[in-house]
Amino acid sequence: LLQAKYKERGTVLAEDQLAQMSKQLDMFKTNLEEFASKHKQEIRKNPEFRVQFQDMCATIGVDPLASGKGFWSEMLGVGDFYYELGVQIIEVCLALKHRNGGLITLEELHQQVLKGRGKFAQDVSQDDLLRAIKKLKVLGNGFGIIPVGGTYLIQSVPAELNMDHTVILQLAEKKGYVTVSEIRSSLKWETERAKQVLEHLLKEGMAWLDTQAAGEPQYWLPALFTELYSQEITPEEAKEAIP
Amino acid sequence: MDRFAWTSGLLELGETLVVQQRGVRLYDGEEKVKFDSGVLLLSTHRLIWRDQKNHECCIAIPLSQVVFIEEQAAGIGKSAKIVVHLHPASSNKEPGPFQSSKYSYIKLSFKEHGQIEFYRRLSEEITQRRWENMPTGQTIQVNKDSQAGRIRAVGIVGIERKLEEKRKETAKNISEAFEDLSKLMEKAKEMVELSKSIANKIKEKQGDITEDETIRFKSYLLSMGIANPVTRETYGSGTHYHMQLAKQLAGILQTPLEERGGIMSLTEVYCLVNRARGLELLSPEDLVNACKMLESLKLPLRLRIFDSGVMVIELQSHNEEEMVASALETVSEKGSLTADEFAKLVGMSVLLAKERLLLAEKMGHLCRDDSVEGLRFYPNLFLTQS
Repeated sequence: LLQAKYKERGTVLAEDQLAQMSKQLDMFKTNLEEFASKHKQEIRKNPEFRVQFQDMCATIGVDPLASGKGFWSEMLGVGDFYYELGVQIIEVCLALKHRNGGLITLEELHQQVLKGRGKFAQDVSQDDLLRAIKKLKVLGNGFGIIPVGGTYLIQSVPAELNMDHTVILQLAEKKGYVTVSEIRSSLKWETERAKQVLEHLLKEGMAWLDTQAAGEPQYWLPALFTELYSQEITPEEAKEAIP
Repeated sequence: MDRFAWTSGLLELGETLVVQQRGVRLYDGEEKVKFDSGVLLLSTHRLIWRDQKNHECCIAIPLSQVVFIEEQAAGIGKSAKIVVHLHPASSNKEPGPFQSSKYSYIKLSFKEHGQIEFYRRLSEEITQRRWENMPTGQTIQVNKDSQAGRIRAVGIVGIERKLEEKRKETAKNISEAFEDLSKLMEKAKEMVELSKSIANKIKEKQGDITEDETIRFKSYLLSMGIANPVTRETYGSGTHYHMQLAKQLAGILQTPLEERGGIMSLTEVYCLVNRARGLELLSPEDLVNACKMLESLKLPLRLRIFDSGVMVIELQSHNEEEMVASALETVSEKGSLTADEFAKLVGMSVLLAKERLLLAEKMGHLCRDDSVEGLRFYPNLFLTQS
């Protein structure tokens, strides 16, 4: 009987807390509404402020982008901003995939997305892109972020890229290409290992082989060709992008 | 900690205050030291720590001693920290609180938060290395820099005044928006704490809690964007919202799926649905969680996850294994095909074309030829001709 009484007590406690949470949730919603009425524009217009906002949320353990049905999304409109950006990122990556094998620098992605958004759209920062991409991963599409040099390569295909591949991408970042000799001298790898990794990149279409280079063959990464940055997305490519 | 030297804490000429933070504790490597509650100041030249209770106790380290810095996230009962890796102390260093240390790094523990801003500023200062351009000296001299010309050296008072000016400027710059945001976050933090407490109760009770209460709790977590502390999923599936969404999706996707041979990747679905909505878009997680419920709700679509991790939505009537048989015919007709070629022939996306060919291979109908030219599939003659 005593045990039953304790159990019952336990149920009541949880019910109490849930009721308390419900009340606090309502109060929080009101606070957020007030905040939104004063500062919603700040979030929309100011990429710096968005960073502050996101960082603070992360610190306390809240993900404002988890659901479009969350308070943050509904009242501050942060959700729509990032989810739409996600769509634009997917489209640019699909359109350019045949050129670069599914690897693109954050800079190029940024430029292409800005172009697509047009003159009157809100400003979008590279930090915004990274956050949108992190959310896209859950769709099982192979989206990934690879640090190279001082920036990032964005992967948008489900190709397996392990640490060996990543290290070679980082090595190639300076000149846009890499050779087996460079890999041997910088990374101290055996020729066999270097070739295996480079072949994988070739197969995935992320690297192109230039056998006519003076000296030894050069492995170029189209994602890193700066000359391609300003090239527009052609109508054929755009068709690829939209389902 | 042996790199620190005692200091008056006053800024030198040419040294500017960048940011300061209360409530910082110092660690010598992994070990706590007696400097447990102080104000941490970052200047263009140094990192200074002053005891909050005893202002005389003040130590500093030149930024040039810093090799690199790392962030250490907060944990349960632990504050967020910045780990500062240091060069060995120079032989002509001024006396400090420690003669020696077995560690080559220190940690700054932010008990009252502020680590995000501090880390950012510290990174900047280390990158910009402004101390190299503005050498400071012990002697007070007139500052020749035209921009700072108005701030003349008039002894200790002048330096104090400069500090005060900087402080006021910083205070003004903190916009109202940021202040309001901080207050809001404090309240949000309370919600997180409360949800953890409830989650603990749920864990303890295990079965005494009703399904209704669980669903309610999950929907509260969803509103706040708090990860479910029990299952670790972000609010997990099973809320009414996702059930509704799943039913809606079944309606919206029927025709597009039929137009695309009964199968679409989840990425395509995400774009299609959100483009159609225009407003009140779905988050990627919303979509995934709704799709996970399709089968249990007995809707005419289902979620399928391939070995590669690629996620698709299929019509229930769609049978990928049957499609494999027709894929085999197509490949046989042409002798061999790559995913690109197959995709163009059949009118599918390359992603799904590849998955179909991989499935065919898994089922033994196709063989691969993996070369630098690309991945090419051939009918598996070992099977058919034996």
